[in-house]
Amino acid sequence: MLDFPRWKVLSIFGLLAVLMALAIPSFFSEDQVKHWPVHPRINLGLDLAGGSYLLLEADTTQLTTDRINQMADAVATSMRKAPQIDIGDVTSSDGKVSFMLRNVGQLEDARQRLSQMTTGVGTTGQRNWDIQVVDSTRFVLTPTKAGIDEAVDGAMSGATEVVRRRIDSLGTREPTIIRSGSTRIIVQVPGLQDPTALKTLLGKTAKLEFKLVDTTADSAKLAIGQAPIGDQILPYPGAPGGASYIGYPAANPQSGQPAKPPVIAVRRAAIITGQDLTSASVQNDPQTNAPVVGFQFNTEGGKRFARTTQENVGKPFAIILDGNVISAPNIETPILGGSGVIQGGFTFQSANDLAIQLKSGALPVALKVIEERTVGPDLGKDSINAGIKASIIAVVLVVLFMLVTYGRFGLYANYAVVINVVVIMGVLAVLNGTLTLPGIAGFVLTIGTAVDANVLINERIREERRRGRSVIQSVELGYKEASRTIFEANMTHAISGLVMLMLGSGPVKGFAVVLLIGIATSVFTAVTFTRMLVVMWLRKHRPQTINI
Amino acid sequence: MRLLKIVPDNTNIDFVRLRYWAFGLTTLLTIAAIALVVVNKLNMGVDFVGGIMIEEKFQVPPDVEKVRSVIDGLHFGDAQIQTVGDQKTLSIRLPRPDTADDAATNRIVNAVSAALEKNFAGAQFSKQDAVSGKVSGELVWSGILAVAVAVLLIGLFAIFRFEWQFGVSTVVAIVHDVLMTMGFFALTHLEFDLNIVAAVLTIIGYSINDKIVIDDRIRENMRRYRKMDMREIINLSVNETLPRTVMTSLTILLALFALLIFGGHVLRGFTAAMILGVIVGTYSSIYVSSSLLITLGLRAEPTPDKPGKPDVSRGAERVAPDER
Repeated sequence: MLDFPRWKVLSIFGLLAVLMALAIPSFFSEDQVKHWPVHPRINLGLDLAGGSYLLLEADTTQLTTDRINQMADAVATSMRKAPQIDIGDVTSSDGKVSFMLRNVGQLEDARQRLSQMTTGVGTTGQRNWDIQVVDSTRFVLTPTKAGIDEAVDGAMSGATEVVRRRIDSLGTREPTIIRSGSTRIIVQVPGLQDPTALKTLLGKTAKLEFKLVDTTADSAKLAIGQAPIGDQILPYPGAPGGASYIGYPAANPQSGQPAKPPVIAVRRAAIITGQDLTSASVQNDPQTNAPVVGFQFNTEGGKRFARTTQENVGKPFAIILDGNVISAPNIETPILGGSGVIQGGFTFQSANDLAIQLKSGALPVALKVIEERTVGPDLGKDSINAGIKASIIAVVLVVLFMLVTYGRFGLYANYAVVINVVVIMGVLAVLNGTLTLPGIAGFVLTIGTAVDANVLINERIREERRRGRSVIQSVELGYKEASRTIFEANMTHAISGLVMLMLGSGPVKGFAVVLLIGIATSVFTAVTFTRMLVVMWLRKHRPQTINI
Repeated sequence: MRLLKIVPDNTNIDFVRLRYWAFGLTTLLTIAAIALVVVNKLNMGVDFVGGIMIEEKFQVPPDVEKVRSVIDGLHFGDAQIQTVGDQKTLSIRLPRPDTADDAATNRIVNAVSAALEKNFAGAQFSKQDAVSGKVSGELVWSGILAVAVAVLLIGLFAIFRFEWQFGVSTVVAIVHDVLMTMGFFALTHLEFDLNIVAAVLTIIGYSINDKIVIDDRIRENMRRYRKMDMREIINLSVNETLPRTVMTSLTILLALFALLIFGGHVLRGFTAAMILGVIVGTYSSIYVSSSLLITLGLRAEPTPDKPGKPDVSRGAERVAPDER
């Protein structure tokens, strides 16, 4: 029992000293510790630092529909290539693409072209589209699950990047943007007072397209939803009145107001899209001084835009944002400089938002905020102060209680408790953990439970003393017998902690982390460390009786 | 210096004889708790039913009725308003807007903040939660799943380390603890939110901790006094561990009361749940789980040592204290 080699003593003190030292940087501000060689710090959760948490979910239905439409277009284009394969009745409904072959002899050629358009998905052994021939003339292409998953995955990676670029433009400190599950993104922005700006930025996909307007379309037919072949009809909320190629839906008989915005027919093929932009910024219209969004094309896009505008002088083109036409100016002269402006009745704020959105690229999928939590910085500060106060009072109460109950042995337990609190902070800092408000509760609770190990040991020593054993025997048995119980009791505690860590969300996780670290460190401080202190004392004084 | 002894030495309370009373009382309280949850319903937070929760801090304690009339004037639906923490902070709960448009939530929050700032000088928003129905449904399920998995795993652990009777009695006792906590929340109408799930899981961990300590002593005494009647063994074990049970519960309660009084209002529900859980858990450790072992037919005869339990067999060979 009294055999406690020097190397063991040194390594216990050494280990505790190192772990406690790791907690030191957390007591200083980040700027103060910046130049230290190692400076692990505990991060404060949003509930303590203040800030916003947003859970975004992608709307993938649009993504799958778009994918099917793109496939239909791609099939049509591919079959037109020489030698042309004659097809008809191309449809893209019910989640499938289907078309008819006019010449049955070209079946194998068509199949070959289609199979070139599909690809295998990762290691699943599945292709991204399933090709079937029905009635020997009709091809049906169905997206496979693996193909859809791959498309969603790609879109989500892209969306995460776009979200990151847009949030970076806000200039906030250390935002966290991570994907969660297959269709979600978690955004955490510390220190943000008002999440409205953030949500406005993320609320738009900002898909920008420039398309030629079909001026041959008939206003009356457009109003009832009919467009020339190869055109698409788009809403044009800010349309001027009286144009021959703009459809004006009939007014609602009750309110006298039009039920829907005016519509305009545009060519399906885009001249240019948001991907061809290199920059965008807010400018002022030199004539009206109204805010407009100026943009710059890349070289290739600039050339294409120049060519198209040269060929279409005098005709209008539509600037389309997220499926809505925001303006449809006439091409007065060819636009050769590779830059332009978008006018659309902006305020400075909305023009600035659009510029940021265009610069950061379009979101591949629309995102919706499904959970939002914001904590003001004042509440966070109040919570930290209250948490620290409660922790200190808890430590003082527990320490006093242990002292009056177990005397010297209580004192050793108290050393262990105080060291344990600092060690938990050190470990939390090294693990780059985040301290949340429930995490502070975890601290206070750990203070209560950590002494349980010492209570178990000390009660056992009391028991053995009552049974008439010598001091050394009692202490030895106390530690030995209690250790097994402590191990088992802490195992069950750890199980519930692990369950919280794996299945719990946000605040529950923060609590579980502190609880688990506390379980691990408290076994060491409460058992090994106090045993060492007791042994050192017994060895020095060899008491015949102990007050416990 | 004379040291404090909360539980006197060598107590000899016949806990086993009291078990029918305890079972009766426990059954009654459990039924009452379930009835409370069914009739009174839990006051589910926005985490679990969705909706918007805004916390607003005022310069001086505001007139709640005036705040209510300001909010009602905005016509965002039925508002629940209550003071939290000091009298200067109000929590305002509003139903989730029906539209799919997420800007709607924003508009509500902004409108409420603006209206309050206009009517009450210096009013400041301090916290805001908006949870959609989809997320709240998931949070409910993950909460239930977490509690169920924790109970199951711990039951399995007890069966693996001890005998099956220990596993069953422990699980019964925890289910009792969880139900009592839910009953407490139904009775007090404190808000039941995500933090309370953490509290329930901690209560489970703590309560088991308590039971394992007693079970461990029962197992030790079963091997030490092979001839002793099971009732006596259980009584002896519960009495022997009683000082520890009481001491630990008291230290944890000390820490928890510090948190309840000084820890700020955000954690108040969590702490209240923990305090109740510690008390209920201690009660069920002493009266429910160990006495249940007799009902479940735990025998004192040593079962053949299971392989892979080295320290159990070592314990069996240890000499009885009187022989030294």
